[in-house]
Amino acid sequence: MTTTGTRHGSAVVTLPSDLEIGITRIFDAPAELVFRAWTTPELVREWWGRESSPLVVCDIDLRVGGGWRYVTREPDGTELAWHGTYLEIDRPWRLVSTEVYEGYPDGEARDTLTLTERDGTTVMSVNVLHSSRENRDGHLSSGMEPGMQHSLDRFEDLLLAQQAPGERAAGGGGAGGAA
Amino acid sequence: MLISEYDDRVARAATTTDAFNAIAEASRRDILVSLTGGEAAVGEIVDRLHLSQPQVSKHLGVLRAVDLVRCRTVGRHRLYRLNGAALRPVHDWIRGFEALWNDRLDRLDDLLTELQQEETP
Repeated sequence: MTTTGTRHGSAVVTLPSDLEIGITRIFDAPAELVFRAWTTPELVREWWGRESSPLVVCDIDLRVGGGWRYVTREPDGTELAWHGTYLEIDRPWRLVSTEVYEGYPDGEARDTLTLTERDGTTVMSVNVLHSSRENRDGHLSSGMEPGMQHSLDRFEDLLLAQQAPGERAAGGGGAGGAA
Repeated sequence: MLISEYDDRVARAATTTDAFNAIAEASRRDILVSLTGGEAAVGEIVDRLHLSQPQVSKHLGVLRAVDLVRCRTVGRHRLYRLNGAALRPVHDWIRGFEALWNDRLDRLDDLLTELQQEETP
């Protein structure tokens, strides 16, 4: 094996404002390769879907004004679809597009992919800008699949760090029936 | 996500007060962060955040109503502290999204490694 996996679980999601979602991740690869993997259908199919919900449609017309459309097939047979239009392409540093989840067609977002190369690694940053907080929150909810909790976010660090020792011992991992 | 779940969330956000609503206000998030260092009196929070005392008191009232902040009286002072357990619903919700993207980007990471190995045998 190589160094595969050393950065697994290191993506960080932030909420820079009430309208935005930020996703940041570092890859041990040049920006050109990251950009290619992000914009080539055969390669996107490899990583965007999951085994349990594969990407069954992956259309990419990579030019300004060109469109993209992704469709996943969920385990129960439901198909979920997203599409958008490319607004700015500055290969391999920047890609701006619109994004619409077809289950909620009124909530168009603007996605900005930014790649920064440093010493052979690439910092990938995705900013998703919604037109309202409700739409942004709805988008975040789309990640609520059960059984995929292999990462801790900064909120949890904050949450655990500030709890009094007694509460932590008593609460264990449950942290209190707030659900 | 089912669209009905989305609608439920939006409807709930508009009509009830919960942790999600409470942290929708930037000043209240600042107050929560300022309490991560430990208990503080209103005056200390006022000094740290450069807000007026009535503003801070009002925000603390909202945060207490959803149990994000608890309070105890010591002598003449009321000391406020963060109750992290009440952040759990917010945390779980964002973590689901982060887990989705971690999963996806871990596969992209593996793919990039494969592609580089193919290019430099």
